[in-house]
Amino acid sequence: MRPMKRVVVLAVCLWGLFSLGQVAWGVGELVISTTTSVYDTGLLDLLNAVFGERFGVPVKVIAVGTGAALRLAREGNVDLVLVHAREAEDEFLRGGWGINRRDVMYNDFVLVGPPDDPAGIGGLESVVEALRRIAERGARFLSRGDDSGTHKREISLWEVAGVTPSAPWYMESGKGQGDNLVQASLMGAYTLTDRGTFISLRERLELLVLVEGPLNGGDPLLMNPYGVIAVNPAVYPDRNYVMAMAYIGFLTSPEGQRIIGEFRVHGERLFVPMALSREPRFEQYVPQDWRR
Amino acid sequence: MPSLLSAVSQAFSMIVSLDSYLLSVVGVSLKVSGMALLISVPVSALVASLLGLGRFPGRNLLRTLVNTGMGVPSVIVGLVVLLLLSRSGPFGGLGLLWTPTAMVISQCVLITPLITGVMLSAVVGVDRAISEAAHALGASRLQRVLTVIREARFGFLTAVLAGFGRAISEVGSVLLVGGNIVFPNGVSYTRTLTTAIVVETRKGQFETALALGIVLIVIVLSLNLVASRLQRRGTL
Repeated sequence: MRPMKRVVVLAVCLWGLFSLGQVAWGVGELVISTTTSVYDTGLLDLLNAVFGERFGVPVKVIAVGTGAALRLAREGNVDLVLVHAREAEDEFLRGGWGINRRDVMYNDFVLVGPPDDPAGIGGLESVVEALRRIAERGARFLSRGDDSGTHKREISLWEVAGVTPSAPWYMESGKGQGDNLVQASLMGAYTLTDRGTFISLRERLELLVLVEGPLNGGDPLLMNPYGVIAVNPAVYPDRNYVMAMAYIGFLTSPEGQRIIGEFRVHGERLFVPMALSREPRFEQYVPQDWRR
Repeated sequence: MPSLLSAVSQAFSMIVSLDSYLLSVVGVSLKVSGMALLISVPVSALVASLLGLGRFPGRNLLRTLVNTGMGVPSVIVGLVVLLLLSRSGPFGGLGLLWTPTAMVISQCVLITPLITGVMLSAVVGVDRAISEAAHALGASRLQRVLTVIREARFGFLTAVLAGFGRAISEVGSVLLVGGNIVFPNGVSYTRTLTTAIVVETRKGQFETALALGIVLIVIVLSLNLVASRLQRRGTL
């Protein structure tokens, strides 16, 4: 059994070696849950590097769908959420889980589809009209079906269009934005996507933007605003509320807003900062239908 | 679509240049899976020996449970561990969610049944005559058990390799309880090879994803080569 002993000693040595690499971080840390659509662009790496240096706090990012991001916050597992689904954010605020909401930035959704455009929606100005045509022609549409911000928006657009999507032309993938785009491309299906993910994947997809969002002067219904909310310290006193507020301050400061506005992927601007405003915009602090 | 060749060359250049991101991701992978293995193997060996050689009521039921555990999806294990470690869950006060420790816990739960199951079949497969011969030669109960385990050592090695393979290639549970965290300086905290592959695929960096996959396969392959050498040289 002696060689066995050697194996064990070797394992312990290796273990020690890898542990060395993991020096303990300082006192606090900031845990953010956000959506894959923001994280995958790389914007947060940029922002967090500056923030981490300024405040000496490591920032940990959990990238999931908006539904999951808010759920993790509700359970007290993060300090802050950065998401894009206003109704879900409002519910989060009304439940008392989150406080101090701010608008941070926006980008937009675009409706993409195969180059041969079987439903003939290319160039339409209204996304609602385009969705109606897709339904009428029974052209394939691949929904994410994952309770993400994009999925929630897609559902509300079908509602506005007055169409109930149905089999066999309407399908759900249950995937994140990138995977869903790849699948839609392979299936020759239409789908709704945020512009950022589409741009970063564009070269690999056989999909074209057929209905534009507001970033390119298209349908305002495709606007995609991102909000930041701190987890309520009255509910979870040991969460890092102070640093969460510092992070909100940083994101909404002229410096943070400048970083967001100057951020480019493949030479294209992905986010438009919207936190700075001379006029008060009270609606960002409370649920949209809030009355005293 | 990316060419396999460019992925291979990227994998090669990442390994040769000791890419710091790659190193830290590999480090977390090995550390988490290795630690899970160090904890699971003794437990599994004990349970497998008891179930294989012991005679007690409920033994068959336990065996069935072990075999069922081998087939539990990693996402389910991850979800249960997530709920247990969640701040509002029963062990939330420990603050273990989003840490490598949480990943070790979920991997232990995941691989212990697998290792136990393979060890069990190795123990059961040992010829009865060996145990009886040991008895005839005047061996004590413990000595008989050790004799059987010694006979089953190749099966045990297979069990350890299978356990490590499942741990390091698993993505569902480590993604859920670890959170796939990397710091802005490119140092991984809870990002493993597999979860890095998920991120790169989602970003459309298919070559990088494939390159990471190749690194993963190389690691598992070299481990198996070492193991099979140990076996052939009979040093084990």
